[in-house]
Formats: sequence, structure tokens, C-alpha cells
Amino acid sequence: MSSVINMPAPPNPVEEFLRSDRMPHIWCPGCGIGTTVNCFARAVRQAKLDLDKLMVVSGIGCTGRVAGYMNLDSFHTTHGRAIPFATGLKLANPELTVVVYSGDGDLIGIGGNHFIHAARRNVDLKVICVNNFIYGMTGGQVAPTTPVSALTSTTRYGCYEEPFNLPYLAESSGAVYVARWTTFHVRQVAHAMVEAFRKKGFTFIEILSPCPTLYQRRNRLGDGLGAMEYYRDNSEIRHGANTKEVGITFQGPLVVGKFVDIERPTYLDLMNQQLARTLDAKYVGCTEEHVRS
Amino acid sequence: MKADPSGVLTGTHFLDGDQACGEGALTAGCRFAAGYPITPSTEIVERFAERVPLTGGLFVQMEDELASSIAIQGAVWAGAKAFTVTSGPGFSLMMEHVGLAAMTETPLVIVNVQRGGPSTGLPTLPGQADVMQARWGSHGDYEIIALSPNSPQECFDLTIDAFNLAEQYRVPVILLMDECVGHMTEKVVIPPADQIEIVPRRYTQRPPEEYQPYHPGPDLVPEMVKAGEGYRIHITGLTHDEHGYPAITVEAQQKLVRRLVDKIRRNADAIVRCEEHQIEDADVVVVAYGITSRVALRAVQMAREQGIAAGLLRPVVVWPFPEKRIRELATRARAFVVPEMNYGQLVLEVERCAAGRAPTVLVPHMGGTVHHPEEILQAILDLRVPDSGAPDSGVPADVAR
Repeated sequence: MSSVINMPAPPNPVEEFLRSDRMPHIWCPGCGIGTTVNCFARAVRQAKLDLDKLMVVSGIGCTGRVAGYMNLDSFHTTHGRAIPFATGLKLANPELTVVVYSGDGDLIGIGGNHFIHAARRNVDLKVICVNNFIYGMTGGQVAPTTPVSALTSTTRYGCYEEPFNLPYLAESSGAVYVARWTTFHVRQVAHAMVEAFRKKGFTFIEILSPCPTLYQRRNRLGDGLGAMEYYRDNSEIRHGANTKEVGITFQGPLVVGKFVDIERPTYLDLMNQQLARTLDAKYVGCTEEHVRS
Repeated sequence: MKADPSGVLTGTHFLDGDQACGEGALTAGCRFAAGYPITPSTEIVERFAERVPLTGGLFVQMEDELASSIAIQGAVWAGAKAFTVTSGPGFSLMMEHVGLAAMTETPLVIVNVQRGGPSTGLPTLPGQADVMQARWGSHGDYEIIALSPNSPQECFDLTIDAFNLAEQYRVPVILLMDECVGHMTEKVVIPPADQIEIVPRRYTQRPPEEYQPYHPGPDLVPEMVKAGEGYRIHITGLTHDEHGYPAITVEAQQKLVRRLVDKIRRNADAIVRCEEHQIEDADVVVVAYGITSRVALRAVQMAREQGIAAGLLRPVVVWPFPEKRIRELATRARAFVVPEMNYGQLVLEVERCAAGRAPTVLVPHMGGTVHHPEEILQAILDLRVPDSGAPDSGVPADVAR
């Protein structure tokens, strides 16, 4: 007669942040998105955020599915438009902490215009961009982040377009906090998220992440573990680096770290100041109290 | 409930339709607008942006119409009533988010002050060629509600109705203005706040553990919550189940899409609204909406002066279309005449509902200015039964359908 070992499984420290009833998730083995979600959950716990007031807004794509797995108020919007949706959410209720969690193709490709304008306005949004250098959900097409010479399903002979350097784009557009890490740097990723939560304004964290199914395999870069080894061996931590100099080349060195951490009044700060100065007591203000239906 | 007096500019005013629309939004309780400038709609948000700091709330000028039409959806889920305004080219960009709002059942108002198209067309001159786009413009099956004012007073009144219908049915509601109505200045009476009926958002009373975001009520409309209250909602443009979770199955698609459409179709009798002039004994029924209805009314009067029993049916609510009324009239009217500032759009609906029981004649105008009443009158005259008793077949070839 066999005996039943009735050992209780140790509690998963991030389970309370996840919609367990939606598991298993859709991400491939070796994909880095789940790692970033784990970091996110730990950062939320560490920052002691009020979970009822924490919003996750995603666009479309593999990372766009993050919103659906978080046990928070979560919005899975249209392709590229997570930032303007989040802008409306935040401006109509400034008490909410609004996180935009999406991929490079979504945020910087189709959503690039919204990205630069939200950074310019300094809307208080926590933007987390998982950059896997490719359009993963649709089968691995070239993205505005694909390094020159990389193979994708639409650049069979090697990519020849110059990619965006995301930290440089974010900084020059007006972001008050800009960091880049990889999914190898789990503690640093979580720490950067905590810093972003504590910062007022448009923050941007780029997380380099493997796509074993499409990017790694097509470029013969090994599996998810191979990507970790590459990140470990080629990342150079340079806090405060000039973002102009942190562009990424194919399998080249990766400059990571916290590049920008400045103070700048937010959109709502400036709006409230300007209207109060011009209208005096006639300015009613803009809080959840005022706009609620 | 009654209107919040903080946004209501009670009194008699001399306003253009755009400004009246802005006042209508404030009166309806809208405290959030996002927009991108485009002629001939911009005065609406100019008015709103000037007034809203005095009532609480804000206007944000976004980078484009894609952003405007989804920023308002974020604001709605944060608890605001919200709208955006545009014209043809911007309306085309907004189609993506008409679909999102229909799919996620996000109540909001989009104002389209129509100008001549296609493409950049006639930026400063009127058109009515977006009426089918308003109904069908986004991909997939869905239903919306669209209203068509024909005066500045109605730009005010119907903006309030648009917000009310959006909340009642949790759909995007489109206010189909046109350049003439938007830029025409007339008397606008704004009643006291306590005489204005406002439909509040249909918030649930259920606790989070008993709440399902897409479980419909008897009228097929689900109750809503707002973000930040602990319900942990998931809202997605993917096909979803009643819990709001993605459900990529044939069954979920059948259930959801049918309900999104049926909640409007089954409630159509309560939504449809027409204005009628001399329809009772009408031999020829002119069907016209928006600014064209005012020209058509003149044509009907002129026809009556010549002894022809003409009448005017004016859909105030354009979508859902007044199918029943057209079917009734088709059994006793001899013909329909449909003047519109396009090359034949709503006439297709009239023709469909008339179903061959009464001929339908289009009086098209490509836009840029309104019809001459004489053009509409001529179409009515052309339908006269000759003394011989045989039906006149002399309908001009280019207007016959």
C-alpha cells in the first residue's frame, strides 16, 4: 500500500497578485515576460502599494497579456494605445497608481507617438516595456527595436533598419526616470520598479527579455538559458550613462542601469498651478470627486 | 436624477451649435474631454476647455484622434462621464475605439461634426456622408446609437440625450452633427438644472465576490463598476466571458456578440425617435435628417401649397433606424423622397424597409452646401400621378433607385 506524502506546498509569494484561475498562461518556455511579472509582484509588495488603487494597463502582444494575469483592476486595450488609455484613467482619478505594462512593438512601434507625448507631458505613469526585439505574438516580424543584422520572419536576410534606442528616446521625450535591465537582473528590475512607484511623473523601465521561440531560435542564439548567459556575460552596469550611448547592437554589449532620475512637475501639477494662478478661487480643481459620474 | 447645477448655464443664449454641444456635455455631467483639433468641430472643446475648470474636471488635448478616443475610455473607467469631438478624418481614426467601447461596453459620446469628404474633402463645408460610417465604421458586429440634431438648441438637448443613452445601454453614442448645424447661431434655452433629467451610471450594488462585469441584466445591459474600488476587474477587447476573462471560443463569441447587438435591437422601440410633419395624410413622405430636414420641411410646405400631400419624417435618432415607422408608412404612402448630403446612404435603409411597397427616390447632394428646397420639391413633383391615372415613371434617371 502506497503512502501519501501530504506535505503542504510552500506558499507562492506572488500568488496573491495573480489571477490563478487564468493559469496556465500563454507564454512560451524560456520567455522572460513571466520573470518580469514576478519582479513586478515583488516590487508591489515591497512598495506596500494599495492594491485596490493599483491599475495595470496593457496594449496588445505577448507582454500585452500581463494585464489579464494580474489580480488587480486591469485593462487590456487596443494595439499601441495603452498609454492614452492610462492617461485618461490617471487624469480622471489622480489617486490611482497607473502602470502601463507592454511590449516594445506595442509601446514604441504602433504606440510611439503616444509614448513621446505622454513623456513630454510628464503624465504620472509607470511604463514598463518588455523588449524582446521582435513582434512575438504575430510570429517574429522585424520591430523598431530589432538590432541591425538580426534575422526575423520579415528580414530573412538580416535587419537593415536602425532600431530605436529606447532610454535615449524616453529621456529626450521628457521621462523623469529611465532605467534598463535584463531578465537576468531580477533584483535590479524589482528595485527599479519600486523606485518608479515612488517617483512622481513619467517613468520608463526597459527590460530586455528573451523570445526563445522566435528571436533566439531564428538567430541561433540558444534557448532562454542561453539568453541569460548572454545577459550575464555582456551586461555592463553604468548608472547615469549618457543615454545617447546605450544603443543596442546585435549580440553586442548591453549597457544597463539607472540612467535618468530627475524631478519635473507632472501634467496635473502644472495644470493645477496654471489654472489656480489664472482663475484664483474660481478654479474648482480636478480630483476624482469632481469628475465622478 | 437631475443635472448637477455646477455645469448648467441656465438662461437664454445666442449660441452656435458647437458651443451648445459643449454646454450640453457640461449639463449632462461630463467632466472629461479629450480631443484633437479639427474643423468644423473644434469650437466644442474650446468651449468645454474654457468652462470645465469652473465646474471641476478637465480637457486634455491629445496627440491625435486615436489617443483622444481611448483617453476618454480610461476616464470613463475611472468614473467620469467623458466625450471627444471630431470631424470626418478624425472620425476615421476613431473607428478603432468605437469598436473597443462597443466590445467593453464603455459608455461615452463621440461628436462628429460632419464635413464634405472623402479624405480631407471640404474642411469648412458641410456633408452628411459619415452616416453609414457611424453605424458600420469599426470592424466586427456591433450596434451603436446615433443622434442627428438640426439646430443649436438640439445640439444642446441631444448631447444630453446622447450621454443618457450611453449610460442607459452602455454603448458609444455618436452625435452626428454637420458643419451647418455646428456653425449656425440661434437661440438656445438652457433650463434650470432641476428640470433636466440625467441618467446616472448603472453602478452595481453587489459586493466584489458576487459581481461579474459582463453578467447582463434583464435588458441585456450589465452593471458597471469603476476602477479603484477593489473589484479587480479585467476589461479586454478580446472576446470575453461574463467574468471579463478572454474566451477565444465559438460559444463565447456567439453569446457576447449576440448580446452586444441585441441589447440595442431589442430596445430599439425605446431608443428610436422621429419628428413628423404632416405625415397623417401624406402621399409622398420626405425622409430627411440633420440640417437637410430643415430644407426638406420648406420643400414639403411648397408642395402642400401646390396641393400635393407631402409630409416629412425626420429621424432624430438615426441609429437604430426607425424601421417600424418606415414599414408602416410604406403601406399607405405612395413614395419616399430622401434628400441627403451624400450620394445615397440612409436612402438604402428607407428602401430596405419600404421593401418595394413604395418607390424610394434619392435626392443627392455631394456636400459643400445644403440642398435648394426646389431640388427636393422637384423630386416630389416628379412623383405626381398624371391625370390619366397611370403612375408617372418620369423620375430623373440620376436620382432613381
